[in-house]
Amino acid sequence: MKLELRSVTKTFQSKRGETRALQDITLGVAPGEFVCLLGPSGCGKSTLLNLIAGLEKPDTGDVLMDGQLVIGPGRDRVVIFQEAALFPWLNVQDNVEFGLAAAGVPKAERADKALYYLRLVHLGSFKKAFTHELSGGMKQRVALARALALEPEVLLMDEPFAALDAQTRDSLHDELQDIWAQTGKTIVFVTHNVREALVLGDRVVLLSARPGRIKREFRCELARPRHIEDHALVDATRAVLADLRAEVMAAAREEMEREQMAD
Amino acid sequence: MLAAWEALFRLKLWPPYIFPSMSSVATSLFVGFADRSYPIAIAVSLRRILIGYGLSLLIGIPLGLLVGRVRLVQDTLGSIVLGLQALPSICWLPLALLWFGLSETAILFVVVMGAVLSVTLSTADGVRNTPPLYLRAARTMGASGWRLYTGVILPAALPAILSGMKLGWSFAWRSLMAGELLYISLGLGQLLTMGRELNDMSQVIAVMLVIILIGLLVDRAVFTPVEQRVRELWGLHIAN
Repeated sequence: MKLELRSVTKTFQSKRGETRALQDITLGVAPGEFVCLLGPSGCGKSTLLNLIAGLEKPDTGDVLMDGQLVIGPGRDRVVIFQEAALFPWLNVQDNVEFGLAAAGVPKAERADKALYYLRLVHLGSFKKAFTHELSGGMKQRVALARALALEPEVLLMDEPFAALDAQTRDSLHDELQDIWAQTGKTIVFVTHNVREALVLGDRVVLLSARPGRIKREFRCELARPRHIEDHALVDATRAVLADLRAEVMAAAREEMEREQMAD
Repeated sequence: MLAAWEALFRLKLWPPYIFPSMSSVATSLFVGFADRSYPIAIAVSLRRILIGYGLSLLIGIPLGLLVGRVRLVQDTLGSIVLGLQALPSICWLPLALLWFGLSETAILFVVVMGAVLSVTLSTADGVRNTPPLYLRAARTMGASGWRLYTGVILPAALPAILSGMKLGWSFAWRSLMAGELLYISLGLGQLLTMGRELNDMSQVIAVMLVIILIGLLVDRAVFTPVEQRVRELWGLHIAN
């Protein structure tokens, strides 16, 4: 097992009291597997990703990477966020080199790697561009190259395409499946979009809301590359959607009850 | 404006030592540059401000980093800095004279006290407002400690630091002039005092013009282009 979560619990304190974000999450991800975490907003799926990334610590339970306890962020588990989070004061190539520079990789090797991964995301000719000159989709591809350049074992993706338009998203789905096939990375991908989860994932883990628990898992064994409009995919979507909808409704109901109690 | 000036002068409402003609001010300027008294005064003042302002940056930026990042420093030093900003910098002159005597150090001290606070506060502000996303992205790529500061926090705060530097420059310039006026030893401020003592209004106005010009020139030629470039690069011009 590449990545393991054992009975992980996480609670957040706020002015309105405690919110149990995650409860008793036990999950394993095999090497090279593409797992999608699917759930309604507020179900704690981003929190789960942050725990794996080491950006946050669980209250109880363990996160293990190759059997080693995760105690902080590390280059073996790089996160790609919903916003590309590129540094505007660096050009595209220097952005991709950022993590490598932090790792002390020599300059020449850094440049080679950056260019290699920029070409992999088809942005080789934009290496000298500044980030404000790029479109949203291009920014996200640079972010992908920046993460890949560190050659992490696990890519953690937190709704990376949620802010993009549908066409750009579709083409990035193709690109990501390509890159996954080429590099064999382990990917954990968070989304609230059922179809996106089924296009990308080998396995889709459905989370329930408040507290976030693993509700069900679906295997998705449709042939790749998959596209959002494939018939088989549309059929598969229906089953998951029914489950997810129940979760969304439950979450909404709970929210309303909470509001009433607060009033 | 110039025509109005000349017209007002020709009306002879006031005597020339109260309201000089444009041409006499121009003559003062010309003579001042010709006998090298203005260039020397400018050089002396510029040297002082370069040292004083440079020191303000050297002290203010690291201090701002600390105030912005370390809670304890913010609660202690941060509030002191904020309080001291209410004090016009020239009020430091008596203290400086007692501490350092009638020396170059005293005047530099006043300049530094004029500029350092705004540099510190703007830097602290910029550092505090570093987008958390940048920090998370940097940390997930394995950056920590020193590299997090030099590679992410400082560049992210650069627009704020620059506006602090710009503000600091104008404070430094004002403090220097005030200091030179009160504490006589070469420099543009001294030329002003001399003009007053000699009842030479054209000299007073000529020197004032030089002071304004230098202040503006540095602002327009140094800060404005740099600030614009940074805002453009940081993508801030779109938001405004």
